[in-house]
Amino acid sequence: MSFYSPVITNAAEVAQSDDLHLFRYVEDPEQHNVDTYEKHGGYVAWKKVLTSMQPDEVIAEVKNSGLRGRGGAGFPTGMKWGFVPKDSPKARYLICNADESEPGTCKDRVIMERDPHAMIEGMAIGAYAIGSHLMFCYIRGEFGHCIDQVEAAMKQAYAKGHLGKNIYGSGYDLDMVVHTGGGAYICGEETALLNSLEGEKGLSRIRPPFPAVAGLYASPTIVNNVETLAAVPHIINRGADWYKTMGTEKSAGSKIFSLTGHVNRPGNYEVPLGFNLKTLIYDEKYGAGIPNGKKLKAVIPGGASTPYLKPDMIDVGLDYESLASVGSMLGSGAIIVLDEDTCIVWSIMKLIHFFRHESCGKCTPCREGTGWLEQLITRIEHGEGRPGDIEKIDDLCGNILGRTICPLGDAAVMPIQSTIKHWRDEWQYHIDHKKCPCANTHEFK
Amino acid sequence: MILTEESVKAIKEKVKLYPQRKSAILPALTIAYRQVGHLSDEIYQEISRATRIPYVEIAEAATFYTMFPKAPRGKYLIQVCHNISCALLGADSLIGYLEEKLGIKKGETTPDNLFTLISVECLGSCATAPMMQINNDFYENLTRAKVDEILEELKAKA
Repeated sequence: MSFYSPVITNAAEVAQSDDLHLFRYVEDPEQHNVDTYEKHGGYVAWKKVLTSMQPDEVIAEVKNSGLRGRGGAGFPTGMKWGFVPKDSPKARYLICNADESEPGTCKDRVIMERDPHAMIEGMAIGAYAIGSHLMFCYIRGEFGHCIDQVEAAMKQAYAKGHLGKNIYGSGYDLDMVVHTGGGAYICGEETALLNSLEGEKGLSRIRPPFPAVAGLYASPTIVNNVETLAAVPHIINRGADWYKTMGTEKSAGSKIFSLTGHVNRPGNYEVPLGFNLKTLIYDEKYGAGIPNGKKLKAVIPGGASTPYLKPDMIDVGLDYESLASVGSMLGSGAIIVLDEDTCIVWSIMKLIHFFRHESCGKCTPCREGTGWLEQLITRIEHGEGRPGDIEKIDDLCGNILGRTICPLGDAAVMPIQSTIKHWRDEWQYHIDHKKCPCANTHEFK
Repeated sequence: MILTEESVKAIKEKVKLYPQRKSAILPALTIAYRQVGHLSDEIYQEISRATRIPYVEIAEAATFYTMFPKAPRGKYLIQVCHNISCALLGADSLIGYLEEKLGIKKGETTPDNLFTLISVECLGSCATAPMMQINNDFYENLTRAKVDEILEELKAKA
């Protein structure tokens, strides 16, 4: 008996669409089985790649499709694959990053629970493209049910000859290992993930060298997100030109958005990139608006690392460029909605607690800075803020931003800076009146 | 020996999967944790013997990650997510409710050693908030009635 999260998806809408593809079969309770996956066209792309395409052709197709990393950074996937040196005598490794832990993000989990073969097939195609014969799936340790599900799917894939020696008689060998993490957000950052996979503490590494040149065991390594890889078989089957018909010019394809917080229908929704944020929050098919007829206070559009948006900024496309134009980011596609009763400082206190806890401790600005920020922000929220605290926070943020090896430091401060910019009066009120002005009615039922 | 023969065998199998044996540290710790419920210096030693990885390297990795605690916990470890999406839907009040039901504070274990209550960072159940993880299982879209039912069920099973 497999475990399914009770999360809402728009699988029915996706099934009606000619183009949306990631969620097509996620409500089919048998989709995790290899037979069902094959019946739905699974492993056809992998067979096509192995029997009729050169690695360079695979990279070119993915490059032309415009697919960009869905884990948060949005780097072009095909270009990343192309960075692996062709002449390296070392082994190459493909790693699927399934360390999903950005607050607000719960999409990769659905793929692993309900359609794990889509991820495995994408991994195999990526591995072939870079000449890898051993690939890893790094799953966060807390996802016990995903680990079991992916391991079961992997065993089926071996049994059916999709993995192993001389696959489909092509002479190509490919093995897979499911690796489990130990509870550390930082391991979703690719260089920390590599250290963790090597049995080390999850500390990030200085780049260069980039993982594509010297990654796992100092060998060429590509790390891709679950959702990114799950899109690859579709690109191979239907072509780069088809994929580009979805989305915008620079943000091609579709994406899963995790819509959470104060909405009537929190869930995971696959829509084309460029889809309107306001529609996703208010349309009956998706978020269906804010509970109890409350007004909107703020939206965090891309996970806990991304700058907040004010209500008058949400009539915007969900794509990399449009969100950048309003000062935020697409991130992992985790949209967090805050209603009018929610205190901005309270929400920031929740976020900074997270980043302070998850800082790996390697870089001083992040290690010390996130701790100082948490102290300052917590005392402001509790009515103990002092004049000058906001300026101190601003100064601290400026001294963390851009001064750390990995983006965790930036991720911790960007949301804070955005709220001081957009809601400075509310921050100031806490200090002047020595109390939080908001109802903060967050009772569970 | 604390680790069972089965666990040791599983750990040795893990070592074979990797080009470098040190990579098996986290999987080995996971196997040990799933069996025992916590870790200890003795368990590090046993993993070291089973994997031929130096003890200090195992201890170094184990102490960095949150999933390998040394303190023994109750039979059921209740972990409530307190991050933003869950907090917006009442994670703090859920923790308060559990404290009241169990008669303990966050971080404590019930006197009968049945339940330990802690709060943790995001568990990837943001669209089914609020939620808690008990041992290996996720419980989502929680309400007071559901929490009552889950606790009763676990008590009956214990």
